Amino acid sequence: MFTLYTRRRLINALSLGVSLLAMLFGLFWLGWILWTLFANGLQGINATLFTQMTPPPGSDGGLLNAIVGSLMMTFLATLIGTPIGILAGTYLAEFGQRGWLAPTTRFINDVLLSAPSIVIGLFVYEIYVIKIGHFSGWAGAFALSIIVIPVVIRTTENMLRLVPNTLREAAAALGAPQWKIISFVTLRAARAGILTGLLLAVARISGETAPLLFTSLNNQFWSSDMNQPMANLPVVIFQFAMSPYADWQSLAWAGALLITVSVLTLNILARVMFRQKTS
Amino acid sequence: MPNSSKIIVPKIVVRDLNFFYGTERALKDVNMTIPEKMVTAFIGPSGCGKSTILRTFNRMYQLYPKQKATGEVLLDGENILDSKQDLNMLRAKIGMVFQKPTPFPMSIYDNIAFGVKLYERLNRYDMDERVEWALSKAALWTEAKDKLKKNGTSLSGGQQQRLCIARAIAVKPQVLLLDEPTSALDPISTAHIEKLINELKTDFTIVIVTHNMQQAARVSDFTAYMYLGNLIEFGDTSSIFTNPKHKETEDYITGRFG
Repeated sequence: MFTLYTRRRLINALSLGVSLLAMLFGLFWLGWILWTLFANGLQGINATLFTQMTPPPGSDGGLLNAIVGSLMMTFLATLIGTPIGILAGTYLAEFGQRGWLAPTTRFINDVLLSAPSIVIGLFVYEIYVIKIGHFSGWAGAFALSIIVIPVVIRTTENMLRLVPNTLREAAAALGAPQWKIISFVTLRAARAGILTGLLLAVARISGETAPLLFTSLNNQFWSSDMNQPMANLPVVIFQFAMSPYADWQSLAWAGALLITVSVLTLNILARVMFRQKTS
Repeated sequence: MPNSSKIIVPKIVVRDLNFFYGTERALKDVNMTIPEKMVTAFIGPSGCGKSTILRTFNRMYQLYPKQKATGEVLLDGENILDSKQDLNMLRAKIGMVFQKPTPFPMSIYDNIAFGVKLYERLNRYDMDERVEWALSKAALWTEAKDKLKKNGTSLSGGQQQRLCIARAIAVKPQVLLLDEPTSALDPISTAHIEKLINELKTDFTIVIVTHNMQQAARVSDFTAYMYLGNLIEFGDTSSIFTNPKHKETEDYITGRFG
């Protein structure tokens, strides 16, 4: 017979061991992915990558047009999605206590949050690309912004709900009207969290391929015209990786490494920022 | 210190006040008069309604749709429970400080200026002066004058609470409601704030809710004992503590109950 004490220690050791194994299992694949990326992508990282356009097979080139296209569309999508997301999230957190509108919005937002991104791409293709008649950077930015919005809504609402009610009461006790309480006190108190959510949303869309396939497609050449098909890293990676040409494949690896590193940086940045503000 | 020689002028008159959280009745036909420029303390066990009555004086309950009050609360003869009462103007006249310090996420200076800006347009110089005045009144000026640009949350708990008091008086209210203002503070900060209450009553009518009976005895001129939503006894502090008329009051203040 075990004594109660040894039994408890055994169970503790056992569950600790199982958790550790589970963690190692997860980290193993992550490590493998990162290792493969660095092993194959690092040789492609050089100055021409950032100065030359995507080349035809068999000649030298870089990813400049794709990098710039990705930056422009990500930036625009964030610009469109952020105000809508923050305003809607504020509504849900600060006014959404009664009535049917808020719960409905919340439900639809949850659906949108988990919608497959290819569906969003097809949606924009249907309502915009077909009407205009050609692929364009605007369509890409629009599709990406539809992915940004629900993420920002969710984090804004959650972060505002974390603000203690006593802070709202304190501002109300001074006689501040509700819009002032929200814009000067509660949103300010939740600032770090909302910014973190925003960075995570940017990280999310900078790697999206599916919604861009149907919207901005790709462009072999330099173009900063948002009305034209626009090059972007995910689709270039997709096309180049599928191609039989070794030099294209190596560019695809370099692009994949580039995206992964920037997404990783954004994630780490978000975490560091959130920790600093909340501690 | 209790000062019974002062002339008593009514500031807040409560008539048949009832309060409801949904269907639950939390105040039962309360009638009382709170005198001007004195300290009135509410004591009683948890759930007796002492915080509730405080929150009717500035209609804080209005933030929550299920709460309502009936009866009359007259501030200088005007019923503040009247639906025509402008809430922001009411709260300019009646300031409040909460149990937990609630500095806003902005600089010490802006914490004070926030409330003032709601009612007055002051130029830079006048605002500086007002901030200094409020912080001095709250006995925080010497500690805070070199870090006015620093975030309010960087202060210690006791300093934060004095910042909240400064913020409330910067608006120049007539009444100051204190809801257990020292229950989250250490003894030294508590002593600071009690001393402050004594100084502030020359300018403001002060109503304080406290769990600490010694504190009520130390700072207040009048004391109200509440139990289960009823106002059991109300009178000047020295007679409540030395010669209570009701058995329940006596049991509570002697620690036999509660």
